[in-house]
Amino acid sequence: MPVDKDVGVNDTMAKQMLKGNIAIAEAALRAGLEAYFGYPITPQTELLEHLSKRMVDEGRVFLQAESEVAAINMVYGAASTGARVMTSSSSPGISLMQEGMSYIAGSELPVVIVDVMRGGPGLGNILPAQGDYFQVTRSAGHGDFHPIVLAPASVQEAIDFTVLAFDLAEKYRHMVIIAADGQIGQMMEPAELPEMKPINKVRPDWALTGANGRGKRIITSIYLSGEEMETFNQKIQDRLVEIKLNEQRWAELYTDDCVLLVIGYGTAGRIARSAVEAAREKGLKVGLLRPQTLYPFPDDRISELADYTEGCLVVEMNAGQMVDDVRLAVGGQIPVSFYGRMGGIVPLPDEILEAIEDTYEKLTIHTPK
Amino acid sequence: MTIQAPEGMELIYSRPESLAEMHTHYCPGCTHGIAHRLLGEALDELGMRERTILVAPVGCSVFAYNYFDTDACEAAHGRAPAMATGVKRTRPDNIVVTYQGDGDLAAIGTAEIIHAAARGEQITTIFINNAIYGMTGGQMAPTTLPGQKTRSSPDGRDVEIAGFPIRMSEVLATLPGAAYIVRRSMHDVKNIRKAKKAIITALKVQEAGLGFSMVELLSSCPTNWGIQPNEALQWIEEHMVPYYPLEDYKVIEAVKNL
Ligand SMILES: Cc1ncc(C[n+]2csc(CCOP(=O)(O)OP(=O)(O)O)c2C)c(N)n1
Ligand code: SF4
Repeated sequence: MPVDKDVGVNDTMAKQMLKGNIAIAEAALRAGLEAYFGYPITPQTELLEHLSKRMVDEGRVFLQAESEVAAINMVYGAASTGARVMTSSSSPGISLMQEGMSYIAGSELPVVIVDVMRGGPGLGNILPAQGDYFQVTRSAGHGDFHPIVLAPASVQEAIDFTVLAFDLAEKYRHMVIIAADGQIGQMMEPAELPEMKPINKVRPDWALTGANGRGKRIITSIYLSGEEMETFNQKIQDRLVEIKLNEQRWAELYTDDCVLLVIGYGTAGRIARSAVEAAREKGLKVGLLRPQTLYPFPDDRISELADYTEGCLVVEMNAGQMVDDVRLAVGGQIPVSFYGRMGGIVPLPDEILEAIEDTYEKLTIHTPK
Repeated sequence: MTIQAPEGMELIYSRPESLAEMHTHYCPGCTHGIAHRLLGEALDELGMRERTILVAPVGCSVFAYNYFDTDACEAAHGRAPAMATGVKRTRPDNIVVTYQGDGDLAAIGTAEIIHAAARGEQITTIFINNAIYGMTGGQMAPTTLPGQKTRSSPDGRDVEIAGFPIRMSEVLATLPGAAYIVRRSMHDVKNIRKAKKAIITALKVQEAGLGFSMVELLSSCPTNWGIQPNEALQWIEEHMVPYYPLEDYKVIEAVKNL
């Protein structure tokens, strides 16, 4: 597929029609991406293709690795030198990257990883899905850690979150995953790209640059003694507490007076919005909360809303993963129902509306507050 | 602590500056220590210490990042060439060296080393071939000789079951991106001298940007071979050298002019 020539050449701030994958790639480049390593996989490939031209044109590092295993370890090396670095993949590739992601977490390196999720398990299919929720929020590799996870629901948000991802990664020395479903990667819509930022040549004081006129620096994830390891584990946990405190992000609609709160992220959240609007037109008091960070999960706000809402309906493009986080957030205060499609099938607004009406009816019949 | 020569005497031997002032954890008689010393001396002689970024492996030399007084990082098992690629591509003016054992390089990390060499990655690899998995207690390596007893080939490597050992230098030499691939040994003084010369050449190849360079070093593991250190050196000469000839497998023209 040819690289979209308009992007990058057209440096104006006006809106232009952009495909999600290309928008993320171009936004990363403009945010000062210094090095990209990746391996082709649908539905993410345009991202890699776009950077194969743009990065080289800008005199930056682009390398197509021999596998996702190699790609993430190249990212590990580049991040060790303090460079702004990114990789991207889709579900099966993210599985292969988990080894490196764990080492990166164990070395406290800021990196950005894009997962344009597809249907699974196994080779699955190349349709849009959200089946990697547990993988990215819970088990991004062995050991005790969580990446920050951002979930865009539009091309514009994909752009904004890409820029944000680098800032968060560097602020916390922490891994950030952009969890976009295949729909976000593949669709085109008008969006505005950020201005071109030059590469930041200043290196942080932990970066490997050669021990010239200073003591040596080491990047490692080894802590041999139990005490040392636990101290490091605690350091990660303390940072996650700080991240939870500062970085919960979400969008909400009609939450002032809602009886039923619909919760969905990414494409599911976007379609849920249409369903919520339709429900409102029918006079149902339905609100929407769309998590923008999957980790940290916006549980403070959800728990707050649970105080004056009678029930939740979680919508996902999987068998029900985020629904666990919603249950934790509401802590049994209100019933939580679930509507999901699997197989890479994107739910239609009408299906969600039906689920809303069902849940709403049960709520108003059985559990008046 | 800097060692000083007594009055009226000349100091002819001391710790290379590129090696950190600390004890290693290597077993007595293990040639990992010699390999460290050779690399340290080579970096000193070429004035590269301040520019070097070492990529340590998983294996007995996992703590190599402590033992060299250079910037260093610690790769996942077998991934040192990929990590080194990320380092080198973002720091092209640094000297990037991977130090890897045979399990690391010739088993779990085969894809990474082959592709680093194929790309002509401007890095230098020191490949320690001791025909065994040292760190995990002496299991069969991809380089374990036919008939060689290990903890996971207790009756000797049966090639019907485990296949034949891999000669990595020969394999990598077939790749156009490789500029300098040689095998040396550390079983006696003469060979140790040759090994050091090869390491110096390999680093010069990287400095000149000629492509991927690797020095394979036949190494001993007295602990897991279950023999005395001196016998282990003899074992290298008698058993390893015949299977792993000490030759230059790839020396491109430009290397000869260095
Ligand atoms: C993914 C992974 N698998 C297995 C191990 C366990 N392991 C540690 S070192 C090693 C073998 C090292 O052998 P070699 O590379 O020959 O180095 P040596 O110890 O002999 O110097 C293994 C299998 C690991 N650390 N990581
Ligand atoms: S186990 Fe073998 S390779 Fe490892 S330090 Fe001891 S002698 Fe050397």
